[in-house]
Amino acid sequence: MTICSEIEKILNNAEKLNETLNSFLTVEREYATERAAEVENSANENQPLRGVAIAVKDNICTSFSQTSCGSRILGNYRPQYNATAVEKLSNAGAIVVGKTNMDEFAMGSSNENSAFGAVKNPWNLARVPGGSSGGSAVAVASGVVRAALGSETGGSVRQPASFCGIVGLKPTYGRISRFGLVAFASSLDQIGIFGQTSEDVAKVLGVVAGRDKNDSTTAEVKVNDYVSELSNDIKGKRIGIPRALFGEGLDEKVRSAVEKSIENYRSLGAEIVDVKLPNSKYSIAVYYILATAEASSNLARFDGVRYGFRAEGSHDLREMYMKTREEGFGAEVKRRIMLGTYVLSSGYYEAYYARAQKVRTLLKQDFSNAFENCDAILTPTAPTTAFKIGEKSDDPLAMYLSDIYTCSANLAGIPGISVPCGLSSEGLPIGLQLQGRNWSENLLLNLAHAYEQEFPLGAKPEISVTE
Amino acid sequence: MDIKKIAKLAHLEITEEEVALYTPQMASIVGYVEQLNELDTENIEPAIGGLTPEGAATDTIRADVPHESLGQKLALDQAPSAVEGHFQVPKVL
Repeated sequence: MTICSEIEKILNNAEKLNETLNSFLTVEREYATERAAEVENSANENQPLRGVAIAVKDNICTSFSQTSCGSRILGNYRPQYNATAVEKLSNAGAIVVGKTNMDEFAMGSSNENSAFGAVKNPWNLARVPGGSSGGSAVAVASGVVRAALGSETGGSVRQPASFCGIVGLKPTYGRISRFGLVAFASSLDQIGIFGQTSEDVAKVLGVVAGRDKNDSTTAEVKVNDYVSELSNDIKGKRIGIPRALFGEGLDEKVRSAVEKSIENYRSLGAEIVDVKLPNSKYSIAVYYILATAEASSNLARFDGVRYGFRAEGSHDLREMYMKTREEGFGAEVKRRIMLGTYVLSSGYYEAYYARAQKVRTLLKQDFSNAFENCDAILTPTAPTTAFKIGEKSDDPLAMYLSDIYTCSANLAGIPGISVPCGLSSEGLPIGLQLQGRNWSENLLLNLAHAYEQEFPLGAKPEISVTE
Repeated sequence: MDIKKIAKLAHLEITEEEVALYTPQMASIVGYVEQLNELDTENIEPAIGGLTPEGAATDTIRADVPHESLGQKLALDQAPSAVEGHFQVPKVL
């Protein structure tokens, strides 16, 4: 099949399934069709992602499409430039087929906070896909694309990957350029990758990783050949289990699937050891202080002056700012901006923000200590399977606890991956999470690949592309 | 917690209904994060920013030399209101 006809088929699938799933905010038919012809006619046949269709979360800038962040305040904002990750994908021959739905400004764990409607989980339409990168997760899980870009601040790639039965990687802080990723919490944000398999993720990571002069936080660290390392032998790799985290709040179905996966790793030759992460129970508290504080500052730029939405009928500048932000932001974004404003405000800064920064040091030390004794740490990705739409939307704190296993990796800067490890009795996917030392994406992908080769999920969602 | 005061600091013109909605929600979140008070953090250095040691080692600023920028036309391209090469806003004072 030619690249043009393949892309045509993918665009048709995207449009058709979107009527049910709402995973794409835009399907870029005209752009993708032109790009397909361009790639097909190009003499460069060695491009690593030649003709590969990719979906991109709508908080990653694209000059050929809108970038709304799932928010009314940006609406149909069209960036003047492409994010570095998008440029690198294009240079490698990939074709962006559309921008995906998300929780507004990446704030949420269910995708219900999008200003453009909730995304549905293809395994069960009454369930959430997870969030905040739910649209990208569903685009991959439903079989429309093999890989997609998302973003992570506290678990926004790994948690929806777990809920949707696919692979989701959050790389080390500084692994992928964030130039063109709309900022939420800058000390935590990373672009992440979804794939139907770990090989899909490895292929994309090899292209988008690396130093970028436009993002000074990207590190000058060697980019591995992730694909060739997928099949390394995992015998003797030490996998640490923090047993104390398998307690309160962990759904029984998830616990038993993850326990089984530990035995499966043992059968593959991995050595299972106990590790302790004594401060992990504080990670949600640290996260919701630091992330909201940074967000309150980063989102100050949305004021109706330079781009996006502006409220009508204001008499002076200050009124225009206040009305624009009141009408333009949704409830969760306002809650987090206010929480961040509060923890940074005079008289409270030391008690909240400064203390949380110190506990962040403890969380980092926990991981350093644990990695002296193991190569990767295995936990559930999320404490439950996909919950029902509406189930947690009135209780922000309950929603925040969805990130209990994931947000510590963002706070420590280390990489993490979610790999499908089973289905619940209700037919909902369960994910295991592996976290590793800084820059150990090669090992995490290797461990993920070994698992999916021997213990594949072996099921497809209710709503997916039919061949 | 004075939600109206916080909203004003954050440039949000919130309604009475929102005050009623957010007050208990914010109180419950703040109550939850206060569990950090259990820890003795007296002699612990704060973690500032998210850089890894390798990232910090290569976190450089570019040379201070002029380079091409977006240009006026493109920079104003997405403005809700622009006039004569400027962003236009309601009166400031």
